[in-house]
Amino acid sequence: MIWNEHYECMEREELQKLQGQRVKEMVKRVYDTVPFYRNKLKEAGIEPGDIKGIEELKKLPFTTKQDLRDNYPFGLFAVPQPEIVRFHASSGTTGKPTVVGYTHNDIQMWSEVVARSLTMAGVTKTDIIQVAYGYGLFTGGLGLHYGAEKVGASVVPISGGNTKKQLQLIEDFGSTVLACTPSYAAFIGESLVEEKIDPRKIKLKAGVFGAEPWTQEMRAQIEQVLGIKAYDIYGLTEIIGPGVSMECQFQRGMHIFEDHFIPEIINPDTGEVLPYGELGELVFTPATKEAMPLIRYRTRDLTRLHAEQCECGRTLVRMEKCVGRSDDMLIIRGVNVFPSQVESVLLEMSETKPHYLIVVDRENNLDTMEIQVEIEEEFFSDEVKELEGLRHRIKANISSTLGISASIRLVEPGTIERSMGKAKRVIDKRNLQ
Amino acid sequence: MIIKQLSVFLENKTGRLTELTGILADNDINISAFSIADTADYGILRMIVGRPELAAQVLKDSGFTVKITDVVGMIIPNTPGGLHKALQIISDNSVAIEYMYAFASGECKATVVIRADSLHKIIDVLQEHKMELLKEGDVIQV
Repeated sequence: MIWNEHYECMEREELQKLQGQRVKEMVKRVYDTVPFYRNKLKEAGIEPGDIKGIEELKKLPFTTKQDLRDNYPFGLFAVPQPEIVRFHASSGTTGKPTVVGYTHNDIQMWSEVVARSLTMAGVTKTDIIQVAYGYGLFTGGLGLHYGAEKVGASVVPISGGNTKKQLQLIEDFGSTVLACTPSYAAFIGESLVEEKIDPRKIKLKAGVFGAEPWTQEMRAQIEQVLGIKAYDIYGLTEIIGPGVSMECQFQRGMHIFEDHFIPEIINPDTGEVLPYGELGELVFTPATKEAMPLIRYRTRDLTRLHAEQCECGRTLVRMEKCVGRSDDMLIIRGVNVFPSQVESVLLEMSETKPHYLIVVDRENNLDTMEIQVEIEEEFFSDEVKELEGLRHRIKANISSTLGISASIRLVEPGTIERSMGKAKRVIDKRNLQ
Repeated sequence: MIIKQLSVFLENKTGRLTELTGILADNDINISAFSIADTADYGILRMIVGRPELAAQVLKDSGFTVKITDVVGMIIPNTPGGLHKALQIISDNSVAIEYMYAFASGECKATVVIRADSLHKIIDVLQEHKMELLKEGDVIQV
């Protein structure tokens, strides 16, 4: 099943023409409405009229996460506030989140691409979809929700957590599709076994999992324990949320909805555009977005694009699972974490200095984060309650800045390795490649 | 009346305590009493040593996190009810004890090291009740 054959199976030439038209219109729009882009284009010596088609895309300047931060909260919006019908946000590096606005049409477009995604996983109006992504500022919950409603499926908007309830509704409602982070899917699977629920009573057939990196081994494990086919969905808040790209039943990479999100792969050091098949940084131009269109947004995700026609009939390019990041961002339990956030928390506290090490691991398929913090001699106390108080204060501040909890381990001063130049701040033991 | 206690932050790592005792041995520093408060990740070693300033310095030089804490040493009879009587006096006078540890010195006496919320108050209270207190000069012998 293909949700929108017209756009998903378009001839490349026709698609490029459409992309060119949309980029051209978008550049004109942001030039007129977003001072940041007007200045940026002027600096690059580009007039909106210079952009005639998709070939000129590579002449345009990039947009980075830093640009979003500098223009916090609404500086990149291309429409006045009354046109905005919703906000979403993802955690930022300095405690300030990345804010994205949506117009009514943006929400419609997002629902459309999620509907296409769900259709790839075989979801139809006869399905009951349990949306166990978090609802709220995070795009996962509401993104999947609206797309599922557009398909006409029956949505169970349970949000994340409360695993006992998840199991109960899977059993009692007969949910056929589960949408959540892969680590949570694995956890639900384990809980199912622990609670000794008879797998024959479960009607789940498909899972739509994303928002964090996961391996083929994890996929096999989830598929086995839940008795489903697990699909990978990709997205990022800055572009729209989940539904930027999605796996079809042949699972040979994720089809990018190129009519809305124009992808490029670049050399992260030079910015040069690389041909299909080469590894580089993924860049998107969400040309049809009204509230916050971005020109060549650098995702920092490293991957490859493939353009050979897929057996499913879609002509959309496929992106491989991301193999890493071109910056130091970590994705922990679906939340973006930058080591610099930990640093800023420790700098703000008078009792600590930014001597820390982040150890990320995965236990029972759930990400764990331990932050080792060196104790400062002047704040060392002979009383356990004082040190435990300090540990809890660090924990609370980390949790409120990062949006996820970490365990804090106090270590002796000087024990965290100081290397020449860039200090090693992260040990990631998850082995996700 | 005030006794200097050495408090040392120790990560829970095999061999870390042995390193510390080695340094003290090399510097000819005697440990008269000690206790360790432990949590899952680290411990706080508290000890009474001869020449605490020197001990603190040599440990710091070897990278340990050390603090000198003022405590009081109370000498009680090593008999049933000996500790109870002393604690009764302390609690009757509303002095809070943060932590304490004890060691028997000889057959008839025991020494209790106490860290109280108010050092001066506990000394006053104990002296009022004619309790025997450890003096700094005594430490080397205990």
